[in-house]
Amino acid sequence: MFRHLLATAALAALTATGAQAQDNKLKIGVLATLEGALTTLGEDAVRGLQVAVKQAGGKIAGKEVELIIVPTNASPDSALRGVRKLVEQDKVPIVIGPVSGSEGIALRDYSKTQPGVTFLNGSSGALETTFVTPSENFFRFNMNGAQWLAGLGEYLYKDKGYKKIVTLAEDYSFPYTQIMGLATEYCRLGGQITERLWVPLGTKDFASIIAKLPDDVDAIYLGLGGGDAVNFFNQYAQAGGKAKLVGGSIMVDQTVLSSKGAAKRLAIGVPSAGPQADTWDDPKWQAWVKAYQDAFPADKRFPIPSLTGTAYYNAFNALNQAMTKINGDLSDGHKKLRETLAALELDAPNGKIKLDKNRQAIGTNFVYEIVEAPNGDLVSKMVKLVPNVSQNLGFDDATFQRIGLPSRTSPECKKSY
Amino acid sequence: MSGFLARHSVWSLVILVALIVGLWLIFAVWPPELEAVIGRKRLFLNALFNGITLGGLYFLVASGFTLIFGLMRNVNLAHGSLYLFGGYIGYGIVYLTGSWLLALIVVFLIVAVFGILLQVLIFRWMEGQELRQTLVTIGISIVLADIALWAWGGDFYQIEAPEWLTGPVELPFVTALRSNGEPVYLTYPMVRLAILALAIIVGILMWLALNRTRIGMLIRAGVDDRDMLSATGVRVQLIFILVFAFGAGMAGFAGVVGGTFQSIQPGEDIKILLASLVVVIVGGMGSIPGAAIGAVIIGLAEQFGSVYIPTYAIVLTFVIMVLVLALRPQGLLRGN
Repeated sequence: MFRHLLATAALAALTATGAQAQDNKLKIGVLATLEGALTTLGEDAVRGLQVAVKQAGGKIAGKEVELIIVPTNASPDSALRGVRKLVEQDKVPIVIGPVSGSEGIALRDYSKTQPGVTFLNGSSGALETTFVTPSENFFRFNMNGAQWLAGLGEYLYKDKGYKKIVTLAEDYSFPYTQIMGLATEYCRLGGQITERLWVPLGTKDFASIIAKLPDDVDAIYLGLGGGDAVNFFNQYAQAGGKAKLVGGSIMVDQTVLSSKGAAKRLAIGVPSAGPQADTWDDPKWQAWVKAYQDAFPADKRFPIPSLTGTAYYNAFNALNQAMTKINGDLSDGHKKLRETLAALELDAPNGKIKLDKNRQAIGTNFVYEIVEAPNGDLVSKMVKLVPNVSQNLGFDDATFQRIGLPSRTSPECKKSY
Repeated sequence: MSGFLARHSVWSLVILVALIVGLWLIFAVWPPELEAVIGRKRLFLNALFNGITLGGLYFLVASGFTLIFGLMRNVNLAHGSLYLFGGYIGYGIVYLTGSWLLALIVVFLIVAVFGILLQVLIFRWMEGQELRQTLVTIGISIVLADIALWAWGGDFYQIEAPEWLTGPVELPFVTALRSNGEPVYLTYPMVRLAILALAIIVGILMWLALNRTRIGMLIRAGVDDRDMLSATGVRVQLIFILVFAFGAGMAGFAGVVGGTFQSIQPGEDIKILLASLVVVIVGGMGSIPGAAIGAVIIGLAEQFGSVYIPTYAIVLTFVIMVLVLALRPQGLLRGN
C-alpha cells in the first residue's frame, strides 16, 4: 500500500514537472518562403519576427518562446506540408505565416481542420483568404493585396495623368487581388486597362513578354515579386525599354531594391503603394526601423525592413499583446485568446490596425515613389497616406460581393460597379 | 543527303515547305491580314530570337552535362549547383575587377577544378554504380545549395554586362513599314546576341575538339565502349577527369552568362538542372549535336509558348519531352 502510494506520488511529481516544463514554453510554428522566387521575402519575414521576439525578451506572458521555422516555396502544397509538420508533428498551439497569397488560402482551409490551433497570417495577401468562407481560428493583421494598392489608382489617374495602362503580373492569387484593388479605383475614375498579361511565378526570361508590351499606353503596371522583378528590370533595360512603369506592392519594395546589380535602378521614380513607406517620419515607424537595423549587421539585412518583415513583426506583437491580456491562458481551447485577438487594436509601426468581422485587418495604406537616398540606397518616399482601408475597398457589402473574386479577367475595368 | 531525299521524299518536301514558310515569315513584310490573325511581326521575330538565344544558354549548360553522361554514365544531378556557384563567383569577380571576360575565364577554371575534386574524391570511388552516383549527386546538390544560401543569402545577384554589351541594337530585319514606306527594323538586346555568338563558338570548338583531335577521338571511343578503350592501354581515369573538369567548367561558365542576362538566386540550380535534363532527354543523352538541337527546341517552345499560349506555356516543354519519350525514347539525335 505504502509503496503504491509512493509510486503514485512519484508519478504525480513527474507529471507535475513535465507539465511545468510544458507550461513554461510556448512553441510557435512559423512558415516562411525560404526557397524559390520569393526567398528574400521569407528571409525578411523571419528577421521581422526575430526583432519582435527580442523586444519581448524572448517571452510571451511569462512563457519562453520557441520558434519552429519551416521553409516553403510559395506554392500552396509546400505551405500545407510545412503546416502539417508544425501542427501534427511538433504539436504547436500557434502558427504564424505564410508569406505568399496562395499559401494563405491553403492555410485557411487547413485551419478549419485544426480547431485547437490558432493561426496568425504572416504577410499573405490574397482576398479569398479572409473573404470566402473565413475560418474562425485564422487572423490576418495585414491588409490584403487589394487594400495595399488603395490610393494608387487615383494617384496614377489624377496626379500622374496616366489614362491608359497595361498590366503585366504573375499568374496567381496575390497579383489578381492587387490588380483588383488598382482596377476598381483607377477604372472608376475613367482610366483604362487595355490588356492584362500574365506570366508564371518564377519566370526567368521576360524578353518575349517585353516585346509583347504595347507602345500606345501611358504606363505599364508590373505585379511581379522577388527574383521575377529583378529579372524583368534587367531584361527591360537590355531591351532598351523606355515606357513609364508602375509597381505592385512587392515589385519595388526592399526585397527588390536591395538586390545586387544595376537593374533595380530602373525602379527610381516608379510610383507604387503598400502598407508602409520606407522614409515615413512617424516616430513609431522610425523606432521600428532602428530596432531592425540594430538587430542585424548591415550586410545581413535590408537597409529598411520590407513589408514582409513588418507584417511578421506585427503578427507576433498582436499575439504577444493578446496573450499578455489573458495571462497566457490557453486552457479553454484558445477561446479567450481568439476573443482578445478579434477585439485587439494594434498600434503598429505602420499605423493602427484593427480587425473586421472576418478577422481581416483594417489599416493604413501608403502611396509612394521610389527615390535614391543620399547614401545610394533606393527607398520609397510617401506621397499620400490613406487611412482606414477596409477589405470592401469602400464599396458596400452587396456591391463588393457583386464584383466577385479577382481572377485573370475579373474585375472588369469599368466606370461603375 | 541525296539518300535522305530518295528515302523520305514526302518528309523532304514537308521540311522544304516549312523552311520556305519560315524564311518568308522572317524576311517578308507581313500583310495586315496575317498580323490580325497571329499578332505583330515584331512579336514573332522577338520570340524567335529569344528562343534561339535562350537555347544558347541551355546549350552551354547541357553540353557539359550530356558529355559527362555519355562518357561516364554518370547523371550528375549536382550540375545545377555548379551553374549556381559559377554565377556567384562570377558576380564577385566582376564586382572586384569590373571585367566580364576575365570572370568568364576565371570562373571556368575555378569550377573546373571543383569538378576535378568531385571526380577524384567522390565519383571515381563508385564507378559503375549508377544508382549510388545519382543519389550522391542529389545529396551534394542539396548540401551545396545550403552552403550557397549561407554564403550569399537569398538575395538576387545580377552580373553587370560590360558597357559594349548593354542596350539594344538594330538588326536588319524589317518588322513593319511606316506610313511613308520607311521600314522599321527590329531592335534587339546586344547581350543576348553576344550570348548566342558565344554558344555557337563554343559549340563549334567542341565539335572540332571531339572530331579533329586525338583526345576527342579517345572521348568518342570512350562513349562507345569504355571497357575496350581502357583495355587498349588508354588511361581512362585521366580522360574522365578531363571531361568532368570541362563539363563542370562549362556549367560555371554558363552561370556567368545566365547571371548576366537573367539573375542568380537560390533555387536557380534546380531550375537549370531541370532545363538541362529536358534538353538532353529531347536531344539524346550523350550527344553534343543533340544537346544543341534540344536546347533550341526547348528555348523556342518556352518563348513562343509564353507569347502565344501563356496559360499553357509552362507545360509545353514537358509535352515535348513526353512526345519524344513516347516516340523516340533514345532522343532525337542518338542511335539505338
